[in-house]
Amino acid sequence: MTKVGVVGAGMTLFRRRLQETGKEMCFEATKMALDSAGLTRADVDMVVCGTAPDAFDGVAMKGEYLLDGSGGFRKPYTRVFTGGGTGVFSTIAGWWHVASGLADVVLVVNEEKMSSCQPHPQSVFANIWDPILDRPLKPNLVWIFAMEMNRYMTVYGVKKEDIARVAVKNKRNAVGHPCAQLADPNITVDDVLNSEVMAWPVQRLDISPPSDGASAVILASEDFIRKRPIKDRAWISGVGWCIDSTMWTDRDLVFPEYVARAAKHAYKMAKIDEPRRQIDFAEPYDPFDYKELHHLEGLLLADKGEAPVLTREGVTERDGKLPVCPSGGLLGVGNPIAATMGMKIGELFWQLTGQAGKRQIPHEVHTGVSQAWGDLMQYGSVVVMKG
Amino acid sequence: MRVGIIGIGMTAFRPSTPEYNWKELMFEAASRAYADAAINPREDVDSFITCAEDYYEGFGIFDEFVPDQLGAALRPTCTVSGDGLQGLANAYMQIQTGLIDVAVVEAHSKASDVVTLDGIIEHALDPIWNKPLGAHPFVVAGLEADAYLRGTRTSPKALAAVVAKNRRNGLRNPLAAYGAAVDADQAMQSEERFAPIRALDISNPADGCVVLVLASDRAAKKLHADPVWIRGIGWASDSPSLETRDWTAATYARIAADMAYRLAKVRRPATDIDFAEVDDRFSYKELQHLESLGLAKKGEAGTRVLRGDYDADGRFPVNVSGGSLGCGNVFEATGLHRAGEVALQLRGDAGVRQLDGVRVGVAQSWRFVPSATGAVAVLGAGP
Repeated sequence: MTKVGVVGAGMTLFRRRLQETGKEMCFEATKMALDSAGLTRADVDMVVCGTAPDAFDGVAMKGEYLLDGSGGFRKPYTRVFTGGGTGVFSTIAGWWHVASGLADVVLVVNEEKMSSCQPHPQSVFANIWDPILDRPLKPNLVWIFAMEMNRYMTVYGVKKEDIARVAVKNKRNAVGHPCAQLADPNITVDDVLNSEVMAWPVQRLDISPPSDGASAVILASEDFIRKRPIKDRAWISGVGWCIDSTMWTDRDLVFPEYVARAAKHAYKMAKIDEPRRQIDFAEPYDPFDYKELHHLEGLLLADKGEAPVLTREGVTERDGKLPVCPSGGLLGVGNPIAATMGMKIGELFWQLTGQAGKRQIPHEVHTGVSQAWGDLMQYGSVVVMKG
Repeated sequence: MRVGIIGIGMTAFRPSTPEYNWKELMFEAASRAYADAAINPREDVDSFITCAEDYYEGFGIFDEFVPDQLGAALRPTCTVSGDGLQGLANAYMQIQTGLIDVAVVEAHSKASDVVTLDGIIEHALDPIWNKPLGAHPFVVAGLEADAYLRGTRTSPKALAAVVAKNRRNGLRNPLAAYGAAVDADQAMQSEERFAPIRALDISNPADGCVVLVLASDRAAKKLHADPVWIRGIGWASDSPSLETRDWTAATYARIAADMAYRLAKVRRPATDIDFAEVDDRFSYKELQHLESLGLAKKGEAGTRVLRGDYDADGRFPVNVSGGSLGCGNVFEATGLHRAGEVALQLRGDAGVRQLDGVRVGVAQSWRFVPSATGAVAVLGAGP
C-alpha cells in the first residue's frame, strides 16, 4: 500500500456567489491548492470531484459540468457522492487512487453552489425522502434533525445551553478564517437560546448556513513527495466509511453507529487503539451544533452522553486538551455541503503543517481526525492524518 | 496484485418493469451475483459501490437508497456518479490498495420511471451557453455523427449495418429488450431524426440492473473462485464544453484505452484482443469507439462492419450481446453490462452466443449525451 500525503489545499470564500458559476469556483480552489503545493496541472495524474445533490446547481451530471474548472480535462476524472459525507469521502476516494499505485498525484475538488436553488435550497431536500413512506408527510431536514437532537437530549438529559456552547465556540473559532461566512467574536449562549425556533429544539443559530463555495486538496504518493521539493505535507494514516440502513425510522438515533464503524476502520488502519489518548484534535461534521457532540461520541473521543460535559468544561476549545473544530466548522465558516472539505481535510493539513494562522492550535499537535456525515442521517466518513 | 471478477448478476433488460421498483431490480441482480460467486455479502464483502446519477433516479441524494437491498447496511458503501465501468475502476483501485479484498459494483437503470427523460438529458447541457438554444440534446449526437462520417469518409450505410447486426445479435441474448430481425435497408429508410442519425440508429431506453463481484487473487483463491481477470482499466474525460471538444474522434476513449492497454501490457490491440463490447447507444458511436480504441484504423470501422468483420462469426466480433441497440440503453449500467458480457464470454457461459476460443476481450463505455467521458476495461480468462 503506497503511503499518501496531503501536499496542498485551497478554499474559496463561502458566500452567496450568484455572479460565479460552479466551474469558476472550482477553478479558484484548484488554483489555490496547486499554487500552495508548488505544482501545476501537468503534475496531476487524476482528478476526483466531490459534490452533493445535482439539483442545487440545477445541472444533471454535475460532475461532468464541473470537470474543466476542476482540472479534469483529458485526465481520468471521477465524481463520488455520499451526500454530506462527500466532504470527507472524496479525499478517501482520492486516497485509493494514489494508494493503489495507479496515480502519483491526485487533485480532489469539492464544490457546492446552493444559492441558484430558489426560493431556498431546502426545497431540494424535499426530494431526498422515500417516495412512499416519507414524502407524503412533507418532511424537511430541520425537523428530522430536531427529532434526533431531541432524542439525544432526552436520553442523556442534555441541557440546551450545553449544546448552544458548540455554536458559540465554533462561530468564535471562525474569526480569522478568511473564508468564513458567520464568524462572530461576540456571540453568546443567550444569543443562540433567544434565536428563532425553527423546529423545537432546533433554533436558527443551532444551524449552519447554506452557502456557495469550493475547496481542493492535493494528494501525492510518498515517492513523489520525496523526489520533489515539497515543503508541507501531512500523511493520511487511516480512512473509514460506512452507510447505515435507509430506514432511518428503524434506527436508534441516539448514537451514530455508522460513524463509530467508520472510525474504528480508520483507527485500525492508523494503528490507533486509544483514540482519546492518541488523537490531538478533531474536525467532526457540525452542520448543527448537537451534531458535533453526537459525532465526538461516534468518533469514540467522548463516552456516550459525555461530549456536552467536555464542551462545558472547555476541553474542546482551541486551547483545550482536545480542540474540536478549530477551523470554526460548518457553524462558523459555512455549509456548502461537499465544499466543507476545506474545514475538514484542509484544516487538518493546515493545522498539522503549522499554516493555520490565527486559527493555529497553540500547543503542538501530531494527529488529527476529520469526519463528515451525510445521506439520511446514515453516512459516516472518517480520515485520520498525521504530521 | 491481480483483481478478478468472481460473480456476475444481471436482470433481464426490459422496456419497462412495472412489477419491480429500483430496489427490487437491485436485489435480484445482487442475489444472482452473490449466488454466482457463492458468497454471503454480509460477511465476505468489504466494499460496495453503486453507480448512479441523481436526476435519472429522481432523488436528491440517491446514495441513501443503496444499502439494504445489496446487503450493505452498516458496511463501507459509496456512490460513484458515473458509468458502471468507472465504478469498476474504483473497486479495482480499492482492492489494489490491499485494504479491500472483495468489492461489489452495482449499476442499474429504471428509465421507465422517468417521465421527462429528454428533459433530464437536456438538463445536462451547459446552462448558460447551450441549454438556452432550446435544441433537443440528441442534436449533439447528430452533429458528432455528421463530423465523424465526414471526417473519416464513412458511408451512412455502415451505420445501418451496425443497427442490423446489433439488433439481430440481441435475438440470441435472452436478456435483451430490443432484439429484432432488422435489416440494413429498414434502418436506412427509418425516419430521419438528428441528421444523419435516423430513428433506428438510436438505442431505446430499458430498465435493468447489473452487479459484479470483484476479488483480489488471494481472496479469489480463498473463495475457490475461477476469476476473469481485470488486466487493465482506464477512464478519461475530454472537454465537457461542446465548443472545445474533439468531434471526429472519441478522445476520451483513446486516453482511457491507452491507460487500460498500458496496465494490461497490450501493445497491439487489434491483434492482442479477440472481441469487444463497445458503447453503441447511437450506431455511429460503435464505429467511432472502435477506431479510438485502436481496434480499427481511422475510417476503417465502417468498411469492416459492411464486410461482416464485426458479426458474431466475423473476424473480430463486436457487441455480440446485442449492444445497447439490441439490449436497450440502460444508462449508467451500460458499461457494467458490457464488462459482465465480456466476462461471461471469457468464462464460456455466454450460451448460444458463445464465441469460440476467446482469451482477451475489451469492454468500453461512454457516459451518453452530452458528456465526453468514458472508460475501458481489458479482461482476460484465467489462470
